[in-house]
Amino acid sequence: MVELRTLRSSGGRRGSRAVALLAAAMLLAGPFAVPAQAQQGKTLRVALITGIDHLNPFTATLAAATQVGRFVYEFLTLPSARDTQPTGGIAEKWVPSPDKLTWTFTIRSGMKWSDGQPVTAKDAAFTFNRMLTDENARTANGSYVSNFASVSAPDDKTLVIKNKVPQANMLSLDVPIVPEHIWAPIKDLNDPKTDDMSVVGVGDGPYLLTEYKKNEYVKFKANKDYWRGAPKVDELQLLQFKDAEAAVNALKQGEVDVINRLTPTQFNALKSEPNIATNTAPGRRYNELIMNFGVQNNANQPIGDGNPLLKDIRIRKAILQSIDTKTVVDKVMSGYGQVGGGTIPAIYAVNHWEPTGADKVNFDAAAANTALDQDGYAKGQDGIRVGPGGAKLQFRLTGHSSRPFDQRTAQYIEGWLKDVGIGVKQDLVSDDELNDRTTAGNYDLAISGFATNPDPDSALSLNVCAGRPNAQGKGGTTATFFCDPQYEELYKQQLSEFDAAKRSEIAKQAQARLASQAVDVVLDYDNVLEAYRSDKFSSFTKQPQPDGVILEQSGYWGVYGATPAGASADSAAAGSSDSGGNTGLWIGIGAVVLVVLAGGGFFLARRGKTSDDRE
Amino acid sequence: MTQALSSVDPSSALVDPDERRGGTGTARFVLTKVAEALASIVLVVVLFFFLFRMLPGDPVNFMIRDRPTDPRMIAELREKLGVDKPMLRQFVDYIGGLLHGDMGQSYIERRPVLDMIGERLWPTVLLVGSATLLAVALGLWLGVRAAWRRGSGFDRVQTGIALTLWSVPQFWLGLLLLVGTNGLFPSRGMHSPDAAPDFFSQGLDVLHHLVLPCVTLMVVFYAQYMLVMRSSLLGEMNADYLTTARAKGLRDDLVRRKHAVPNALLPTVTLVFMQFGMVVSGAVSVEAVFSWPGLGQLVYEALHGPDLPVLQGVFVVLASAVVLMNLVAELLYRVLDPRVRTA
Repeated sequence: MVELRTLRSSGGRRGSRAVALLAAAMLLAGPFAVPAQAQQGKTLRVALITGIDHLNPFTATLAAATQVGRFVYEFLTLPSARDTQPTGGIAEKWVPSPDKLTWTFTIRSGMKWSDGQPVTAKDAAFTFNRMLTDENARTANGSYVSNFASVSAPDDKTLVIKNKVPQANMLSLDVPIVPEHIWAPIKDLNDPKTDDMSVVGVGDGPYLLTEYKKNEYVKFKANKDYWRGAPKVDELQLLQFKDAEAAVNALKQGEVDVINRLTPTQFNALKSEPNIATNTAPGRRYNELIMNFGVQNNANQPIGDGNPLLKDIRIRKAILQSIDTKTVVDKVMSGYGQVGGGTIPAIYAVNHWEPTGADKVNFDAAAANTALDQDGYAKGQDGIRVGPGGAKLQFRLTGHSSRPFDQRTAQYIEGWLKDVGIGVKQDLVSDDELNDRTTAGNYDLAISGFATNPDPDSALSLNVCAGRPNAQGKGGTTATFFCDPQYEELYKQQLSEFDAAKRSEIAKQAQARLASQAVDVVLDYDNVLEAYRSDKFSSFTKQPQPDGVILEQSGYWGVYGATPAGASADSAAAGSSDSGGNTGLWIGIGAVVLVVLAGGGFFLARRGKTSDDRE
Repeated sequence: MTQALSSVDPSSALVDPDERRGGTGTARFVLTKVAEALASIVLVVVLFFFLFRMLPGDPVNFMIRDRPTDPRMIAELREKLGVDKPMLRQFVDYIGGLLHGDMGQSYIERRPVLDMIGERLWPTVLLVGSATLLAVALGLWLGVRAAWRRGSGFDRVQTGIALTLWSVPQFWLGLLLLVGTNGLFPSRGMHSPDAAPDFFSQGLDVLHHLVLPCVTLMVVFYAQYMLVMRSSLLGEMNADYLTTARAKGLRDDLVRRKHAVPNALLPTVTLVFMQFGMVVSGAVSVEAVFSWPGLGQLVYEALHGPDLPVLQGVFVVLASAVVLMNLVAELLYRVLDPRVRTA
């Protein structure tokens, strides 16, 4: 028994010594690891708040992962940095046939993959044909090719794409073109090996992948042979953060250089920080309040438990009139947004519709009250209006419980509607629950929102009949359940209209038609809120110019155009001497801690020994 | 199970009757406990499958958000993931897969769940393991001293501090440490992209990243070890054997270390093992704050969607860890304390 106890207690001492050593090693590891960071040349470190699922551009679906593909592979054509209108990528020229069914692209000469092979039309043809024939290749960008009849490359410089019906977005195909000689031998595109550097490391974009540590970071080196010219930085790193506050802290401490998706509160706090510049730009996302106007699935069967009173367009118009979108921008978004108009955000000025004249509904509670009085919805004793059958104008309002925007906007909406005699019961829920409810039509009013692309089709397609869920309640991509013959007609017209000016006119008409039916209220377009280290970088290429975004562009312009600060060499030197000072200090402290711990351990061990002897 | 039982019999015929009784007793005890553990795991597997199916959300909608996708593509995706099959069919497929060691494919990342769990397990074990080790060491040390000097200033101050830290939200404490250390330690992940590739640099780099999340977890967790140690030692304080030890003329320090503590250690051992199973799930918020690429973070990510196969897989692993640790604690208790064996 004594033996056992002795063993146990000395084991305990050994354990505590091991713990002390572990703690000391952790402390010491700090100072030693710091200089490694300071050794780097011109490195651009971007904080990612979203995840990466794959690097393989055929299967990468999460937002950050599709960005990786944009940096590594040049597109056929892409939205320009200046005004998001199509500009050349691999293709330098393009021409549609008179019947608009056949597109002929001329491929740029002299472009090379990073392994030295030339970039040809055959690579592009391979990419699209693989998507047409291999289901797995369609995972990420399949919708772009669903209208392709055939793709061929008669010679190295010519790519011919034949469409089944005319397709207007042929110049904004967001599909990375991959090298045929690397990808053709790969039979299974779901093979995890397709994320390896031997596969995705060969590219022709501004940056080339060099390292991927799953769930942690992605590293790129500058492509010195990039056809537009080499980037001004040597290395690009995308660092994953799961917590936005931690990412903001990392920017303040110089651990990352650029960050986006800031909240207005974070953004305002960063404004006063030294060496940090902020960037606010019109965003490509719109927020809206949708109203359940008696929604139906795509078999035209009514679904959900929406309050039937909202079928009355007069009530919906009164709601529209009672909502002060300017207050949403000023108070909820702290001014970082634009007042809502059509469903195509103002950033895409060419296609954005702004209501004017008779279309414009001004915030006017008095007018809404009068209109509802006249429509026969008299106020009851509790101030809530009552319909002809005795039904109260009392609606449920749902939204994302996790989004500050929804929380605050819901408060305002409840107040505004109360002023016109409409009762609101707030019921904000989780993202997934909200998705379930809106897809099933189980809501009266809901706060919702969508991100859009430069091509008008992306926003307009959110309100077509086919986007409604099927009879099983699945497959919905609709924003509002809208299904209107006039809108459908305009939608089809814009799809096959190749004259940009005419197409934009149709797109605007479609937005006006949607607005006239009062099925939704576009509340605002969120600004993009970004910040970067101005002591390390002087500028980035924004899209669109001059007031656009840096990250999350349609293209690679922001990170490609990153320009290190003029005094970069000096500040880097200052930075390293700084951390050198810190390093010295911490090595000193670490050494003291180690000596104390080791000394203490030795003393304890000796004392234990003597008392054991004494026993 | 029956095979295992019968295999005990022939060999037991050869040994001394007294020992045989003890041997079969132990074997029966162990086998019962193992069977109970297995039953718990089976229950967990079945329960979680149906429980997670009650979660709201549509993984396909999550995957296609913010991207233009036509209805045909969506139907294709739905079929590929197998989410359009009847629930019972999915259950049969799932159980069939599990029996072959296949936990299915993640909806969102479309790769084997087992791989995803595998690459996340080591970071969590490292984080939780080192934090538990430090918390146990600190907790026991403080607990023993607090109990020995019950009611003293040391006791009151240390108990107060421990209880305060125990009730602090982990994510808040984590953020506070991040801001407070002012860039001394990295704020994300487990590896720096700039660390040299050799083993020594990589090891130091991981340790450097480990400091803040580990300290956060330790600081929150040590209180329970301290309090359990303190109260179980207090229970032994007036025992006769301590009086005897003192009467033999032993130093107070020795009485505590050699006689009181070993006897008071038993409840703590159980706690350590039980907590180790639980603590993996307790690291969710710390892993989120420090972007530590562990299992907790995987749960956090999989809840969006929801990515059911991943959730199921992780929870089966976590639940199995708890069950297994309980089993180990129960068996170990028998070894450590003769009173349990004879009871």
